[in-house]
Amino acid sequence: MKKRFSLFFVFVLVLSTFLAACGDKDAKKEDKKDAKEEVKQVLNLPETSEIPSMDSSLATDAVSFNVMNNVMEGLYRLGEDGQTPTEGVAEKHEVSEDGKTYTFTLRSDAKWSNGEPVTANDFVYAWKRAVNPKTAAEYAYIMFDVKNAAKINNGELPVDQLGVKAVDEKTLEVQLETAVPYFISLTSFATFYPLNEKFVTEQGSKHGTEANTTLYNGPFTLSEWKHEQSFQLKKNANYWDAKTVKLEEVNYSIIKDTATGVNLYETEQIDRIALDAEYVDKYKSSEEFSTYQEPTVFFLRLNQKDKLLKNKKARQAINMGWDKQLFVDTILNNGSIPANFLVPENFVQGPEDKKDFRDANGDLVKTDKAEATKLWKEALKEVGVDSYKLVLLNYDSESAKKTAEYIKEELEQTLPGLTVDIKPQPFQQKLDLETKGDYQFSYAGWGPDYPDPMTFVDMFVTDGTHNQMEYSNPKFDELVKKSKTELMSDLPKRWESLQEAEKILFEDAAIAPMFQRGRAYLQRPYAKNIVKHNFGGDFSFKWAYIEK
Amino acid sequence: MGRYVLQRLFYMVFTLFLITTLTFFLMKLLPGSPLQNQEKLTAEQREVILEKYGLNDPVPVQYVRYMKNLVQGDLGISFKYDNREVSTIIGERIGPSAQLGFQALMIGTLIGILLGSIAALRHNTWVDYGSTVISVLGISVPSFVLAALLQYYVGVELRWLPVAMWKGFEYTILPTLALSVFVIAQVSRFMRTEMIEVLHSDYILLARAKGISGSGIILKHALRNALIPVITILGPMAVNLMTGTLVIERIFAVPGLGEQFVLSIMVNDYTIIMGITIFYSALFILIVFIVDILYGIIDPRIRLAGGKS
Repeated sequence: MKKRFSLFFVFVLVLSTFLAACGDKDAKKEDKKDAKEEVKQVLNLPETSEIPSMDSSLATDAVSFNVMNNVMEGLYRLGEDGQTPTEGVAEKHEVSEDGKTYTFTLRSDAKWSNGEPVTANDFVYAWKRAVNPKTAAEYAYIMFDVKNAAKINNGELPVDQLGVKAVDEKTLEVQLETAVPYFISLTSFATFYPLNEKFVTEQGSKHGTEANTTLYNGPFTLSEWKHEQSFQLKKNANYWDAKTVKLEEVNYSIIKDTATGVNLYETEQIDRIALDAEYVDKYKSSEEFSTYQEPTVFFLRLNQKDKLLKNKKARQAINMGWDKQLFVDTILNNGSIPANFLVPENFVQGPEDKKDFRDANGDLVKTDKAEATKLWKEALKEVGVDSYKLVLLNYDSESAKKTAEYIKEELEQTLPGLTVDIKPQPFQQKLDLETKGDYQFSYAGWGPDYPDPMTFVDMFVTDGTHNQMEYSNPKFDELVKKSKTELMSDLPKRWESLQEAEKILFEDAAIAPMFQRGRAYLQRPYAKNIVKHNFGGDFSFKWAYIEK
Repeated sequence: MGRYVLQRLFYMVFTLFLITTLTFFLMKLLPGSPLQNQEKLTAEQREVILEKYGLNDPVPVQYVRYMKNLVQGDLGISFKYDNREVSTIIGERIGPSAQLGFQALMIGTLIGILLGSIAALRHNTWVDYGSTVISVLGISVPSFVLAALLQYYVGVELRWLPVAMWKGFEYTILPTLALSVFVIAQVSRFMRTEMIEVLHSDYILLARAKGISGSGIILKHALRNALIPVITILGPMAVNLMTGTLVIERIFAVPGLGEQFVLSIMVNDYTIIMGITIFYSALFILIVFIVDILYGIIDPRIRLAGGKS
């Protein structure tokens, strides 16, 4: 018996020596790696998910868009300041008098990673492919500013009717439905990227599913793609502006858990990590800590099908009855800011004065609990009830639960007679209920599809797909309609009209905005000039470099 | 025996068919669609896409189409990972999950059997109590807590082993340990109980009376009989472990199947849900079958055909 017992101890002993040995080996490896990295232009980053698609017509998500923004390029790309379009495949363009015809001149040295030139035909092919209903591209609608795109996507017109034409190999002519002012920015979006027809046809259904079944024309190429595990970007020697690109490699590892990411950051395996609120306090004072705001706004949808929410005073009370500053400071704690508006801050600037949309329109609502209580009492009286129960349709994430609890507590305290029930639902189910209008009020969010205030404002036109709360104001509809048609020729006026529309929305207390989302992260001080974008892919590494 | 196997095979296929059918219809009850950009699309645009994937057809029609393809071995393509084949995805993901599961199972079973046997042999001594405490802890402490602790102390503080990711053998050690603790606990608990019972049975007394040595009794008679319940739990446990665990794979950033399964359900990736369900069930049914055969080999008292032979 004794012998057996000692055997067990031997086993444990062997196991632990073995583990310790492994550890040693690894530590040495790390040291070596660190020493090398001091001279190498290499960035190591985490990504929260596998790349769902490298097919620019089919991609729909932030991870794909981010990679594509670095390994592919459209006519223009968003520049070093994060938002001004700068030269991409196009060298220059001319716009017709009516603003509806664009003629792009493509640069002669734009090449695919297989050495073939990028031609006007590559754009014609890609754009037609994206709107073709057979492709079933979920982002086809982003092309609907191009002439006939919507009708083609609905099957009303054949694909060859799309308003895009290759005049010659290096000249591309595009016709638009209306003279949208943001078309040049749109060409930096993935759906507008060129595709090499020969290559895509050859690859068939394999296109965009592996590193070697995709072609690249951006500052980097996707050199390795281990699904669900890691992928690597390498500097593209065939890129026309390769001399600007300093980084040699970007190594991405797929890390889904924030705690794991923080541990990897602590052990110098990765150079940047996005933080959850729970980590913010720990790292707040670190020099490597930063926050930024995204142009994504969260708000309470107030469904006017509900007999109480039909009453404007009730909606105003919900708008004014809770403390947003305390909310972003304590519950979110990630750089988010209170939203007293619909169109986010630092998202779009005026056509002439280049001033932020928010500069002129400012805060359109403010917290005032005493006023809220008063308005609420009046609303109850007008509707003829003493108390009221509202169900808050919610996301089912942990942070959304905390958010909803906070709002419930604040509103129940400020608004006498109110009971709030929280109804968390899986994302799909929540969308479904909202689409059907089967809810009272809900926690909702919206991010931009194109760099223009319209992407937020036109959500609330009467019977709009995304209105979902029976809001209707003819004056608002009129302003939106004008801004989409006749005012296209007078951009400063259009700008004012959109600001006016936003004001009306708040005079009607149609929605109760909550916050503009922020992100907290840690980043090594030696990783320089990673450019962040508000639209399309999140980051550009074209100008990034390592300086130790 | 041959007839028994044939009969079992028939039932296995039938069970798989039932599971597939049930899952298909249940899955269609999930709200929403596999569209990824749904919140931004108008009803018309949604129709265009659903039409293309045949998702507008009545569910029975979709079912028949799916089964036809399935019989030909075609699991379809993923909705979330555009154009990637379900069989390829499962093939890629199962490797890491199976490796971790296998390692955890081996270590866990070995240590578990040792620990359980020793506890039984030293019944009601500190060794026994110690081993009981270990198994209670192993069962009650959730694996993610253990995983997080291992990751932090061994990975970050001591820097003995990599924190996470999947780049070689040393990367598998921490997740294997985290996974194996539950196995150790389960196995040692079953082992202890069964061993105590066996040691008190008549035939052991007889063996002792015949003058067989202590270790001979334990190895030849006691251990072999006490292993039966362990094998019963090992089968399903092996399937569970080797098809991946969501939590451990997330924490250690392992590109395994467990995470994939949960994700596919959340985004209504129908083909992946079906593919993994079928794969998982087939494996489960197969292992249960193998375990049944194994019983007979380990303990001849258990007769496969049920009748006299």
